[in-house]
Amino acid sequence: MFDFSLLTNWIHELLSSFMPEWLTVTTECVLIGVCLLLAYALLALFYIWFERKVCAAFQCRLGPNRVGPMGLLQSFADMFKILIKELISLKHTDKFLFALAPYLVILASMLAFAVLPWGNGLQIINFNIGIFFLIAVSSIGVLGILLAGWSSNNKFTLIGALRSGSQMVSYELSIGLSVITMVCLAGSMSVTEIVAKQQDLWFIFSGHIPAIIAFIIYLIAGTAETNRGPFDLPEAESELTAGYHTEYSGIHFGFFYLAEYLNLFIVAGVATLLFFGGWMPLHFPGWDAFNHVMDYIPSVVWFIGKAVALSFVIIWFKWTFPRLRIDQMLSLEWKYLLPINLFNLVLMVLVIVYGLHF
Amino acid sequence: MADIQEKIAKLFPDATFEQGDTLLVNIPDEKWHNLARTLRDDADLSFDFLVTIVGMDWKETLGCIYYLTSTRNNAKISVKVTTADRSNPMLHSISDLWAIAGIFEREVYDYFGIVFIGNPDMRRLFLSIDWKGYPLRKDYDESPETNPVPTDNERQSDYTDTYVELEDGKVEKRETRVFEADDFVVNIGPQHPATHGVLRFRTAVDGETIKKIDVYMGYIHRGIEKICEKLTYPQTLHFMDRLDYFSAHPYHHCLCMTIEQAAGIEISRRAQVIRVLMDELSRIASHCLFMGTFCMDLGATTMLFYTLRVREQILDIMEKTCGARMTFNYECIGGVMQDLHPDFVSDVKALLAVIPKNIKEYNQIFTGNIIAKNRMEGVGVLSREDAISWAVTGPSGRASGWACDVRKTDPYSIYGELEFDEVIRHEGDSMARFKVRLDEITQSARIIEQLIDNIPDGEYCVKVPKVLKLPVGHWFRKVEGCRGTFGIFLESDGATSPYRLKIVPPSLPAAAVVDHITSGNKIADLITIGGSLDYIVPDMDR
Repeated sequence: MFDFSLLTNWIHELLSSFMPEWLTVTTECVLIGVCLLLAYALLALFYIWFERKVCAAFQCRLGPNRVGPMGLLQSFADMFKILIKELISLKHTDKFLFALAPYLVILASMLAFAVLPWGNGLQIINFNIGIFFLIAVSSIGVLGILLAGWSSNNKFTLIGALRSGSQMVSYELSIGLSVITMVCLAGSMSVTEIVAKQQDLWFIFSGHIPAIIAFIIYLIAGTAETNRGPFDLPEAESELTAGYHTEYSGIHFGFFYLAEYLNLFIVAGVATLLFFGGWMPLHFPGWDAFNHVMDYIPSVVWFIGKAVALSFVIIWFKWTFPRLRIDQMLSLEWKYLLPINLFNLVLMVLVIVYGLHF
Repeated sequence: MADIQEKIAKLFPDATFEQGDTLLVNIPDEKWHNLARTLRDDADLSFDFLVTIVGMDWKETLGCIYYLTSTRNNAKISVKVTTADRSNPMLHSISDLWAIAGIFEREVYDYFGIVFIGNPDMRRLFLSIDWKGYPLRKDYDESPETNPVPTDNERQSDYTDTYVELEDGKVEKRETRVFEADDFVVNIGPQHPATHGVLRFRTAVDGETIKKIDVYMGYIHRGIEKICEKLTYPQTLHFMDRLDYFSAHPYHHCLCMTIEQAAGIEISRRAQVIRVLMDELSRIASHCLFMGTFCMDLGATTMLFYTLRVREQILDIMEKTCGARMTFNYECIGGVMQDLHPDFVSDVKALLAVIPKNIKEYNQIFTGNIIAKNRMEGVGVLSREDAISWAVTGPSGRASGWACDVRKTDPYSIYGELEFDEVIRHEGDSMARFKVRLDEITQSARIIEQLIDNIPDGEYCVKVPKVLKLPVGHWFRKVEGCRGTFGIFLESDGATSPYRLKIVPPSLPAAAVVDHITSGNKIADLITIGGSLDYIVPDMDR
């Protein structure tokens, strides 16, 4: 399997051969930033196209099919349209917070992006509390949404923001607990190590029952975290027109839109990391020939492929289920998911203590 | 009928009687409230369903005709109350007896300026707050200078008027607040995805919980009743397509029947069958659209496309025969405009073949879904008594256990000969309203199955005089529209155009009842309840 750290080390050595160290670090930071932004934009555009195609298939339609082959360029066209649209400035809003909110939302998902294990040795920051960092930065997003709703000075956005606040705070508990369950199994919070531990068998197989429970809870809570149907109450278009981002226009709206799709990728990416081995190919102990063949598929393809497959499931939810009501959504979390999660954590600990995992 | 007349004559010696298609009681205004109470509460009479209040201007006098029906023995009666005071007309309100009377009286006030003493909310219903004059009065000044097109924002008021009768007989005007002073009022509509048109709910909320809703109508008011008074009878027909534009056939059918009854025109059997076929086809199409938009309101967008598939197929059939997909203008006085398309029978049979399969699919994707059940079951419960008091007819009324299908209670056209079941449920919640409509699709398909192979030959339209004059008199006919009981009141003074044409839409009570069944629920429930009542705004605004 190709180790991308060879490539990154080569770039580092090349740069430091003719540059002082501070300039090397700065150049690398800029390079990484550009790559990150590029990957961010491309993935978001891909996801917009992907969701439109998937939902069209569910609804017996064709979806975008005019711009580019299979409508692939449609989301590029849409993004350019959003870019050149006017940023309408409203009276009676808190101008500074109103402008700040979309950047906070996009910042949160950018930071979370940094710790995802893209491939073998291809990771932006690799430190020993990677998972903790991920949970911490993804919480910044809710601040942006609350600010957006509140600073718009609109009753609909305010209700949307409050819904969003209660929803995200609640479901972060479930996400955190199911992540902790898997951290127990891995025995480490470092992203590289979690992936390395799954070399022989993915956690979803090796952790069997508690891992599967944790996965299901993670998937439900992750859908809620991204504000997607059936948990799209903060922007329930038939109730609150567009919820917290009703008053936004142009690229500021575009940021919310991008962040929503990127959060979808991040949730799917973290699920891939914790349950499906990150970039690790599908290996089964003893099946050497099979494992060897799997190794020929590049690690980046494995990671992105798994994440897209998981996001397909989340998209599937959205286009099948009706929306929950606010009280039903909160009781689902506090009365069902949280107790099950706590019980599952104990179960996982028992499984580890008695060595019942594979 | 004679017993009722005797009984009323004994209790109210002032009352005089006229025989028409229903018994008409004339009563002075002072006795009216007492008579109304007797009519509603007396065990033998029990006229518990107020069909409509028709405001009238008889030039010398102003007044109302109240149409009442008993849901127990299906007896009908109408009461006429008049006032000779044209400058300051006042009648006593019956809004304490029938919940829907409050809204009906507001409509009469809006059109005729008759003030109802005791009605807690005497605002205009459709016209803007600063409108000058009362447009359906015969002496109304129509010149555009009286009410120029406004260029400013419409004035709003948080206050409403109440007229209270004091002990010495004087009437005092009091101003009351619509909402409490510190209520958090969210404006849902007139441009809102879930109001299904330009309807506005001013909603006082406490967090996510709804405290009170003020329904604000009239954004699509076109004054159809007023326009009709200037047109000849065949011309008035076209407006029926523009009320409930999702299912225009039954409305058209109703006005045609009323005019034919008045003019004494007998139409051919073939035309009758075609009309019923079209009514039932549009009922299926309308219920399909209801399901789609309702599910979309709940967030299940995909369902819309599955229901539109069937609706599109029906619209294709309509297009071939009627030449239009929405405003058909197909029924005419004497029959129908043109004969059926040669493909009609085979197309309808193809439709009947796919309906059971589709209904199974709808149940699979939506009705059985756990989230859908949680969202709909027990939400917006409307009891049978409330449904009658609020005059919520149609599938919504039947979901509350009220057998109000006009096709069964007063069979018109050829419905008496057809075999079909009236779908009734007793839960009264949003789920029941949804399921009633789902089951009605099957029943409509059953009716079509009975007729499609037995369309008799004959002329599709009988000869009607070019200039149609109706005899002096008044008529009231009802049909079962797709959303409830649709009625037409027609008064003729012998001319070529109606003296008064009053439309009784099913959507007006459906929108009026929203406040009653949503208070205490969540904002999301307002969408569920509003969707399940299936009102349509051009129908209520007219």
